[in-house]
Amino acid sequence: MDLHEYQGKQLFKQFGIPVSEGRLAATPEEARKAAEEIGGPVVVKAQVLTGGRGKAGGVKLADDPADAEQKAKEIIGLDIRGHVVEKVWIESASEIAKEYYLSITFDRGVKQPLFMFTTQGGVEIEEVAANDPDALVRLHVDPLEGFQPWIARRLVYGAGVEDAGEQKQIADIIGKLYRCFVESDAMLTEINPLIVTPEGEVKALDSKFTVDDSALYRHPDIAEFRDTSAADPLEAFAREKGVVYVKLDGDVGICGNGAGLSMSTVDVVVVAGGRPANFCDLGGGGNAEGVVDALEVITRDPQVKSVLFNIFGGITRGDEVARGILEALDRMSIAIPIVVRLDGTNAEEGRKILAEAAKSNLFVEPTMLEAAKKAVELAR
Amino acid sequence: MAIIVDNDTKLVVQGLTGSEGRFHGLRNRAYGTNVVAGVTPGKGGQDVEGIPVFDTVADAVEDAGANTSLIFVPARFAPDAIYEAVDAGIKTVICITEHVPAHEMLRAYTYVRPKGVTLIGPNCPGVLSPGKANVGIIPAEVFQPGSIGLVSRSGTLTYQIGHEVAQRGLGNSTIVGIGGDPVVGSGFIDVLAKFEADPETKYVVLVGEIGGDEEEKAATWVSENMSKPVFSYIAGFSAPPGKTMGHAGAIISGSSGTAQAKKEALEAVGIKVGTTPTEVAELVAAAS
Repeated sequence: MDLHEYQGKQLFKQFGIPVSEGRLAATPEEARKAAEEIGGPVVVKAQVLTGGRGKAGGVKLADDPADAEQKAKEIIGLDIRGHVVEKVWIESASEIAKEYYLSITFDRGVKQPLFMFTTQGGVEIEEVAANDPDALVRLHVDPLEGFQPWIARRLVYGAGVEDAGEQKQIADIIGKLYRCFVESDAMLTEINPLIVTPEGEVKALDSKFTVDDSALYRHPDIAEFRDTSAADPLEAFAREKGVVYVKLDGDVGICGNGAGLSMSTVDVVVVAGGRPANFCDLGGGGNAEGVVDALEVITRDPQVKSVLFNIFGGITRGDEVARGILEALDRMSIAIPIVVRLDGTNAEEGRKILAEAAKSNLFVEPTMLEAAKKAVELAR
Repeated sequence: MAIIVDNDTKLVVQGLTGSEGRFHGLRNRAYGTNVVAGVTPGKGGQDVEGIPVFDTVADAVEDAGANTSLIFVPARFAPDAIYEAVDAGIKTVICITEHVPAHEMLRAYTYVRPKGVTLIGPNCPGVLSPGKANVGIIPAEVFQPGSIGLVSRSGTLTYQIGHEVAQRGLGNSTIVGIGGDPVVGSGFIDVLAKFEADPETKYVVLVGEIGGDEEEKAATWVSENMSKPVFSYIAGFSAPPGKTMGHAGAIISGSSGTAQAKKEALEAVGIKVGTTPTEVAELVAAAS
């Protein structure tokens, strides 16, 4: 799960990483009030889960509360790479003398957390890595050893931070960021830029934060951060129903069981000349109720012209899936054609159940490839 | 021979008294797997259809001679179950449990690795050596004994490919589902090395998917270390970046982890990559 800047900063603050004082605002009036409370010049920042906010006009400086209201009016409702701005973060404006970069990523290749630090912050880190790789200090941490002070020293000296005051503050932030990363079950924590003010104060001016979905059960406070309005409405609906669903932009609705087979089904529809409308995974143990929910989500997409079920039973049973499909047809008025391919556990029973139902918009095909071709043909 | 599980497997099922553990533990036994014990804390002394249940894995090792563990406990208890098995001296641990926090697995992986233990999973369908032993949730009836080693990040997709292979009269030495999480106990290379050393395995099919760079690393390893022919299939060509596709590990981050990049890396070292599960089965059939 990706967090908004203000949510990440809230976690930074909890772990003692310095951030500017700020308030969240959903309307220009709230923005004015926030600016009044904070006092002095503020920055109005769009809260969207995508990069490139600055270039898109989503970050603006405001001199006073009236200006903050005006800037919020300009930013709220703005479409930034397909994300409509619903909230802005108002924060005390900082003077910037230097911009650094600090991050910890979950390096699944090496299977260790990876620190990256450079004094060339404020730009895309990929640019620094490509143009001046020596300026970027990279350091893996043994997860059993955990954070040790030498790690901060390697990063700070390695990047060539010379000022003793900065060295001390950054080393402190490095240790705190590691704790924040581990204790929040983060897959990514990034501070870009990590600024130094003209007075020599170091603080996090932005946050990028991704938390492991599998660990949310032990972070109820972070789980509550989930911004359902930021998601695609169909994806939000699917989440509500407990259906694993990713919206794509074609017209062949797809439902498989298991992540790999479902992904493969999407690919095979493309191979068959079609355009997949979605990815949907019933999971390993799909039952009739799960099938009904999945069909409800898939057919809610008005672009869908046909639905392809590709089921290879293991734990999932073919007869259960067949019953689920018929159940869904009974409960909802689904006019579009549904193509079904069943193999594996109880597939024969499943095919029999579908044949006996003799629905005019139900087509049973023997193989994955033939089923994909049929679904594509029916979507035309 | 075969790899990881075979006729010498003496299985303890951690979580045997739970509904999933019971269902699959008994199914594995019915297949012919030597299931010697179950472990559920507090239920020591009971039995599940004749399989003795112990309070600890250490007891299952000592009293029943278990040498392989199958883990079916809920995600929040899974890391503990892995450590318990390893510390009890079990050398092969297969964890089916889904949704284990990645940080927990990072620590468990780092702990387990130097001990020479084969850890498979989590979030995997298990390991099947047709005709010998089935440890996990793979529907064994789809597969038949043969000389093709199959290693995959996915469950049902593996069944699909096994099915297509079987329809062409071919069989498998061992089917290994390594799991779809960002951190799994054994990667492609670990399993490929075992297949390379297994006299029963003549060909290997590697089934990958988007996310991470395990397939790319496997390609390099194959070109440097593998004498047996390898074929591949990759899922997720149409997956959009930044979206988790069912498996926690199946996500394209920025421009890394795409199916296309994996296909290119594999083909660059001479591994044939099928466009569909049918095509990869055809490629193997044509070669054998």
